[in-house]
Amino acid sequence: MVKDLLFSHSCVCKDRSLLSDKALLRKMLENLMIVRKFEEKVFELFGKGLIHGTIHLGIGEEATGVGTAMALSPDDFMLVTHRGHGQVIGKGCGINGMMAEILAKRTGVCHGRGGSMHIADFDKGILGANGIVGANAPIACGAAMTLKLKGIKNRVSVAFFGDGASNQGAVHESMNFASVKNLPVMFCLINNTYGMSTHISNAVKETDLAKRAAGYGMKSFECDGNDVLAVYETAGKARAHVLGNGPCLLVEHTYRTSGHSKSDGNLYRTKEEIAGWEAVNPVARFSNFLLENKLFTREEIDAADNHTADSIDKAVEYGLSSPDPSPDEVLNNVFA
Amino acid sequence: MPEREITYANAIKEAMCEEMRRDPDVYFMGEDIGVYRGAFGVSAGMLDEFGPDRVIDTPISETAFVGAGVGSAITGTRPIVELMFSDFMAVCYDQIINQAAKTRYMCGGKVKVPMVIRTPSGGGTGVAAQHSQSLEQMYCHVPGLKVVAPSTPYDAKGLLKSAVRDDNCVIFLEQKLLYHSKGMVPEGEYTIPLGAADVKRDGSDLSVITYGRTVQMSISVADRLAGEGASVEVLDLRTLSPLDEASIIKSVRKTGKVVIVHEAVKFGGFGGEIAGVIADSEAFRCLDAPIKRVGALYSPIPFNPILEKTVLPSEDRIEKAIREIL
Repeated sequence: MVKDLLFSHSCVCKDRSLLSDKALLRKMLENLMIVRKFEEKVFELFGKGLIHGTIHLGIGEEATGVGTAMALSPDDFMLVTHRGHGQVIGKGCGINGMMAEILAKRTGVCHGRGGSMHIADFDKGILGANGIVGANAPIACGAAMTLKLKGIKNRVSVAFFGDGASNQGAVHESMNFASVKNLPVMFCLINNTYGMSTHISNAVKETDLAKRAAGYGMKSFECDGNDVLAVYETAGKARAHVLGNGPCLLVEHTYRTSGHSKSDGNLYRTKEEIAGWEAVNPVARFSNFLLENKLFTREEIDAADNHTADSIDKAVEYGLSSPDPSPDEVLNNVFA
Repeated sequence: MPEREITYANAIKEAMCEEMRRDPDVYFMGEDIGVYRGAFGVSAGMLDEFGPDRVIDTPISETAFVGAGVGSAITGTRPIVELMFSDFMAVCYDQIINQAAKTRYMCGGKVKVPMVIRTPSGGGTGVAAQHSQSLEQMYCHVPGLKVVAPSTPYDAKGLLKSAVRDDNCVIFLEQKLLYHSKGMVPEGEYTIPLGAADVKRDGSDLSVITYGRTVQMSISVADRLAGEGASVEVLDLRTLSPLDEASIIKSVRKTGKVVIVHEAVKFGGFGGEIAGVIADSEAFRCLDAPIKRVGALYSPIPFNPILEKTVLPSEDRIEKAIREIL
């Protein structure tokens, strides 16, 4: 059913009261635009040789990170994937510190020690992006244990992971562990149908990944991951379920139109497939929805476009003008 | 401070209990540590005192519960995680090597990982190749992990208390064959700093540098050789990372002769690092003989008791190495 909706050019909003919260809608739109422009800018800077190492972009998946993270409370914990720029921006991580980090600068959120794959912002509950696929799920369980041990109510811990990571033992063990210990964990599975180049049908026999929840005694939720409103509403329901009943699995169906990383030659999919998904990308879909429902004017959309472009330019300026870390500091923080 | 004789296992339990009474953020998690009391009986009575919220039996899911230790440590608790056998670290290597050891550094120092992984190490108990290894050198090689291997009940208690209070991930390698060994332990509060070696037996002719179970074996050999007029010093490293290089150098400068002893496989073992520290330092010029190393043979630990004894270092092999250069 969800898959039928995926090629919609607009969004679906079940809770119409959301539509009267214009500040929320504006924030969603701006976050989607910032994530898209941020990653496009990172790609451009990478092409110019200004970014060291590698990058993993999630162009096309913006609504998953933004919609989910915006449905969380600011104090909720979140463990992010290696393709997590959208997830952390949705949670409120500042793009100046992110861009500086990706540019390996001292002013980066991790002082240039982590890079694109390891963005963390503890003040925002972002406990780190992980370069080991699926490894963040046990850590999310641990953050939830802290909430439980300290008797902290009304907060959850979210583990983001992909369909690729869903086959890691760490994820299966964590779903079982969270379930048997009744930990407040929301397992958020971003199904972009490819684990790097391997299509989901080559990775699992049963491709309906939401069914996994039942095996661990959990409820599952599912949504169109290219519809930011659907993601936001479903993640909100999933979060409420976690607070009231314990862990759950949330599956968000989306598609990565960008390559896996700098090494991706797109040999595993067709240009037509990518173009089909680009046409229904989440930024355009939400903009169309706001226009069609007369919630925003074209001028307002354009203003958001300009405003977010400016913020990206400023982040780049901040990053490029920031100092490198000093070699004298290289051994700092190996130990506390 | 009044002392009494207790076992190595009870010293470890006392350290955990005292730290859990002192700090509500300290908790204990692992496989069958509650009603069962742990595979070696270390945690007897802890479930009764602290309840199932702080003495947490886990599923047989090392990756999940070691990773959960990391997640809860970075969010404000101080977990003590028990791995039933140190060999099982291989099951959750990622969470130790890629997560616990690196999280602080990768985040630019914005977070701490105050976590202890307690685990029984070593052979000699007839449980064959997957339950008998000494893997400390693998952890010493990873920046961000502290590695401790106590040889006495006194050291085990004082070092474990320091490990719990440390803001880093500490791999605490308990010596299976020492769990029932006894020693004098103060009744009251004390700690032993991590990274400080201890001269367990003073001597002037030769230094045995060792840690863990082979400390007592080396002392026995040294006592025997004293009857022949040889003065053998036994330096117990206690902590392998951070390493007390100053104490190693001091001992070697005094004696000029070194035998390095550990239970782990000699090839690629931590003894190579100790020899390297000596060779790199001013102590090199004080050497009067080649540095000798005693460790396990290059073999998985066999089940057959005759073969197992053959593979593991023995007092005879320690004595032979000492005599070669004395």
